[in-house]
Amino acid sequence: MLSRLLSHDLPRSRLLGWALVLIVLALVAAPFLFPGAKALAVAAKTLVFILLVASFDLLLGYTGIVSFAHTMFFGIGAYGVAVASTRLGPGWGSVLLGFAGALGISLALSMLIGLFSLRVKAIFYAMITLAVASAFMTLASQLSDITGGEDGLTFKNPLWISPAFEPFENPVLGLAVDGKVFAYYLILGVVALLFLLLLRIVNSPFGRVLQAIRENDFRAEAIGYRTVVYRTWSNVLSAAFATAAGALLALWLRYVGPDTTLSFEIMLDILLIVVIGGMGTMYGAVVGSVAFVLAQNYLQDLLKLGATALDGVPLLSQIVSPDRWLLWLGVLFVLSVYHFPTGIVGRLRAMALRLKA
Amino acid sequence: MSANTTAATSPAPGRPKPGEPPAGGRPPYSAGGGQQVPKADFDWKPLLILLGLIVLALPAIGSPSSWLTLTAAGIAMGLIIFVIASGLTLVFGLMDVLNFGHGVFIALGAFVATSVMGGLSGWAGDNGLAQFASVFAAMAVAMAVAGAVGWAFERVIVRPVYGLHLKQILITMGGMIVGEEIIKVIWGPLQIALPLPDVLRGAWYVPLGNGDAAIEKYRVLAAVIGLGVFAAMGHVLARTKVGLLIRAGVQDREMVESLGYRIRRLFVGVFAVGSGLAGLGGVMWGLYQQSVTPQIGAQVNVLIFIVIIIGGLGSTLGCFVGALLVGLMANYTGFLAPKVALFSNIGLMVAVLLWRPQGLYPVTNR
Repeated sequence: MLSRLLSHDLPRSRLLGWALVLIVLALVAAPFLFPGAKALAVAAKTLVFILLVASFDLLLGYTGIVSFAHTMFFGIGAYGVAVASTRLGPGWGSVLLGFAGALGISLALSMLIGLFSLRVKAIFYAMITLAVASAFMTLASQLSDITGGEDGLTFKNPLWISPAFEPFENPVLGLAVDGKVFAYYLILGVVALLFLLLLRIVNSPFGRVLQAIRENDFRAEAIGYRTVVYRTWSNVLSAAFATAAGALLALWLRYVGPDTTLSFEIMLDILLIVVIGGMGTMYGAVVGSVAFVLAQNYLQDLLKLGATALDGVPLLSQIVSPDRWLLWLGVLFVLSVYHFPTGIVGRLRAMALRLKA
Repeated sequence: MSANTTAATSPAPGRPKPGEPPAGGRPPYSAGGGQQVPKADFDWKPLLILLGLIVLALPAIGSPSSWLTLTAAGIAMGLIIFVIASGLTLVFGLMDVLNFGHGVFIALGAFVATSVMGGLSGWAGDNGLAQFASVFAAMAVAMAVAGAVGWAFERVIVRPVYGLHLKQILITMGGMIVGEEIIKVIWGPLQIALPLPDVLRGAWYVPLGNGDAAIEKYRVLAAVIGLGVFAAMGHVLARTKVGLLIRAGVQDREMVESLGYRIRRLFVGVFAVGSGLAGLGGVMWGLYQQSVTPQIGAQVNVLIFIVIIIGGLGSTLGCFVGALLVGLMANYTGFLAPKVALFSNIGLMVAVLLWRPQGLYPVTNR
């Protein structure tokens, strides 16, 4: 049953299995285990990133395509929900309509980019998507009538998942349940569903062809697969999932702006997570997102301890200052591309294999 | 991603490669008995497009004086972009390494310049000549520092991933993240002013039509430096032994190595020079904007990628023409339709790629 649910792509490492169980349990029980707005926000952000990074992994890890336009689709999803909710008023109808519109735009755009440039070399494609993404970001900040420009859009959610919604008078299991909690579980449900769907996709025959293209596209073509078609499909699918992740983020934040969805920093975050977690393993997205979001939110506190300890030392205290946490993550990134290109998950699996042998 | 993808990008079989006789029926060697290798026909069309753009802009803008102002500014901007992008296209053209961390060297150069010029400002004082010297000192130091760091970058970051495009993209991106953070550690995360010295401020006025065209002094200097870099690169690559070895090494590395030359060392040098050029470009760009931020690298990356895509990835001349096109287009559209100007680069790129999918001057040996 579990094996079917996971598309027979089991963790294949006891340690990884336990880590995943722990993560899933923590995420499911997060509102009850970690009360407080910040902890819940961290958990929700982790969920959104899991979906976003998993969708990027379909592209990078499974097909071997480096795209820098992934945040564009993420942003389209978020803006779709936001624009519809501000224009048509809050409600499920506008959320769904906005999401459907966003999905349409994403699919058309990803198809276009795919057909236009997937025939070229990896490097060429990476550069073109970088340019396209930056143009799209400019567009979003310029069309201030629709997107709110640099300020972004603040909007109201449908009643169910808005913070003002309080169905129970008394706390449930010590938690004052409000719309935020419902929103969290909505996100959890959708992310779990889509993640399993992604697992299904990469473990299907289609996913195998993608991996063949990643390993050697020349041979894949020679066997008889139209690699351009498969790459375009990979591009389109990953864009669709990223759009969904964006819509979820918008529902959670009730705000959308260029910095929260479109910025290059988020693209870098995705890259960091996918590589550190493990390319070409959907579970890498889960482990990586958890590690990254925790690091982003709590590593800074840790570094603060280090910085106060080294207060007098001039350069060193700068290097461990909490604002420089990205430096350490960057170093980790470079090291992991070299020394364990399969990331945390790949490492754990290799360890498990060695133990078995 | 392996080299196999080149199948889609290699030129059509009918087209002559440079160095091969063109298909037009000319004899392969000149009849005079000399052993001259015939040159491939020079492709004038991109240059004509450049000229056409300048000429067409005149009626669109209307006033000749504004047109001259914009053209001069556009050419200067284009040449600054050329200096920034030249290192990248050099490294890519010769070593097939696309350095996504190129922006770091640009930022590094600009920040070194703020330190050097800040340190020299007391010494230079009101003396125009000394101010001039301080700018050149800043450029020299920035080039040296960026070149040295580039050398280290090649050893630590790039060397293990030659030939692996996917890893190159990831690893140099990681290098950029780390480099940007280190810059923040040294110079702080905030924007730093990089003011032009007094001697380079202001403009010369040229009466034209019914007004004066303003030609800023700094832009003239930038244009001169840009042209100098272009000429020097052309000279070294086409006329010196080092250039010959580099070009030969790109074509057939093993053959050149078997003749006793150390290609590796040559390539490290190319990488260092490319980074040094980025440092120089960073100083010029910083002075052009009169301020420097640590994020400048990521911002400029987009611009220079567009330029080298337009140029044809790895071609110096293409990079030159592409940079000029981008600079001119940005200035013209900035004047005619400011909203459109933000998209002029990408529009230009799409237009060029529709016309020539491999860029203006495709590098045919890949």
